[in-house]
Amino acid sequence: MGIAVSGISKNFGDFVALSDVSLDVPTGRLTALLGPSGGGKSTLLRIIAGLEYPDSGTVLIEGCDATWLRPQKRQVGFVFQHYAAFKHLSVYRNVAFGLEIRRRPKAEIRKRVHELLELVHLEQFADRLPSQLSGGQRQRMALARALAVQPEVLLLDEPFGALDAQVRKELRDWLRTLHDEMNVTTVFVTHDQEEALEVSDEIVVINHGRIEQVGTPTELYDRPANDFVMTFLGPVTNLDGRPVRPHDIEVLADPHPEGVPATVVRVQRVGFEVRAELTAGESRPWVQLTRAQADDLDLQPERQVWLRTSGAATRG
Amino acid sequence: MADVAAPVARTPRSGARGGRRGALDGSPAVRWALRIIAVGYVVGLVALPVVTVTRSTFGDGLQPVLDTLADPDFLSAVRLGLLVTGLSVLANTVFGVGISVLIVRYRFPGRRLLSAVIDLPVSVSPVVIGIALVLVYGRTGWFGGWLEAHGVQIIFATPALVLATVIVALPLVVREVVPVLEEAGTDQDQAALSLGANAWQRFVRITLPTIRWALAYGVVLSLARSLGEFGAVRVVSGSVAGQSQTPTLYVNDAYQEFGPIAEHAAFTAAFVLMLVSVLFIVLIAWLRPKEQS
Repeated sequence: MGIAVSGISKNFGDFVALSDVSLDVPTGRLTALLGPSGGGKSTLLRIIAGLEYPDSGTVLIEGCDATWLRPQKRQVGFVFQHYAAFKHLSVYRNVAFGLEIRRRPKAEIRKRVHELLELVHLEQFADRLPSQLSGGQRQRMALARALAVQPEVLLLDEPFGALDAQVRKELRDWLRTLHDEMNVTTVFVTHDQEEALEVSDEIVVINHGRIEQVGTPTELYDRPANDFVMTFLGPVTNLDGRPVRPHDIEVLADPHPEGVPATVVRVQRVGFEVRAELTAGESRPWVQLTRAQADDLDLQPERQVWLRTSGAATRG
Repeated sequence: MADVAAPVARTPRSGARGGRRGALDGSPAVRWALRIIAVGYVVGLVALPVVTVTRSTFGDGLQPVLDTLADPDFLSAVRLGLLVTGLSVLANTVFGVGISVLIVRYRFPGRRLLSAVIDLPVSVSPVVIGIALVLVYGRTGWFGGWLEAHGVQIIFATPALVLATVIVALPLVVREVVPVLEEAGTDQDQAALSLGANAWQRFVRITLPTIRWALAYGVVLSLARSLGEFGAVRVVSGSVAGQSQTPTLYVNDAYQEFGPIAEHAAFTAAFVLMLVSVLFIVLIAWLRPKEQS
């Protein structure tokens, strides 16, 4: 069941945000909506949350038609990019907000809030104001707040977008662990392909208001449905006029019937990885190798080699 | 987790009090000249009149002051002043918050016009506002005749005083609240929405606490402005002692009468108004820093 979106269209004036989008998100999965800014992924998330309404189409949440339901009637938790912390309330009161609105008994609220604060490692900050927390802590508080009302669906809009790289990486791993513990159906929006590949069970690539492809990270990486998905997910170079992953190009020291002759232009060592730029006729591909491979081939500028694509990783 | 809580309330203060002297400070002579001009300006315009009013009030001892304070006309003026101020501040608070939310959160045709019209009372002379009210609600005005036929008198009665005061102080709450609402954005409101809060709960639990200091500041400004309003009130009130006289009108009328008693009454009432203003200034100074946090 989970979330079933069908035939959703949404325009803002002349701008087409979503055009006939259909998507099924199974219960308990962690799904990423991935795409460039302005592609419509946030709009889709906000429509699922009820913060926007579609021009046409339907949204089912756990089998119930939620298309026109007010957000407070949907069992949905929402986490915003800029935390949307209630600035005048303590961390405790922030997390308790949804429960207070639902008029739960005080003792129950206290118990639940403390459980959640423990879950997000903020027990000792219960009495602080959001302005006294770091960005990462604020976002964890926002997550606890969204989880407090036990939503059927957790929606996160670029949740780590405003954080610096180090904190982002930590929170990413932590979200994955948290999701595996809680198993709540989760959809998060990101424009960071690495984030999507690393965290999610399933990736939905959205561009220009349409879904380009849906699949597991491996499927999308290895068998992209089109050039857009291929270039958006992972590195791409060009060999003989075809897009190809730089680590899927085999470098040969000797002539080969399928090989394209090429000349090394530049060799760059980045830790264990070696990147070689070459010229092969009209195209200027670059190749990703291990240091051992590069040493075996004795790669250096001016050297003549032959290139051929290996593996299954060209798009079909 | 590597992220650590930001230190509580760390304000950069270095340099502010370090006595740094830049090239722009000029020579000692220029500095002294500037100081004398600034102090002279304030003394001449503010301090001297305040001292004069205070001296004239207590010049002949306490008895004349007490006499004025017990004067039924004065007490009636104070009562009317409080009533008019209370009602207009109440109206401006309720509508001010409503209009602010409307201007910031909603997009509708005429929004900019509404925003501009609200500022109008700042630039239009209160006397003009008073005359406009007479033209609309006076006996020969647009609605005046009809209202009077139905037994409602507006001009030369308390309703006109309230109307005039409301208009004059209209922008004060709105201008304080709008920037705070704009800065706060709609994120918190949407978060509350997704957590199940209805419109009223969002207003009480999120919007109101967000604007509370700006609102308090706007209310104090409105109080001061409403109590001190003279021009518009002068036009629409008959200024009948004991009936339609507010404290400012009382000061004016007493001052224009001849004789030491009337003059004393004018100074005493002026002193009371001034005292209240000082109270408001203290309140404002106390509210200002909180608003910025």
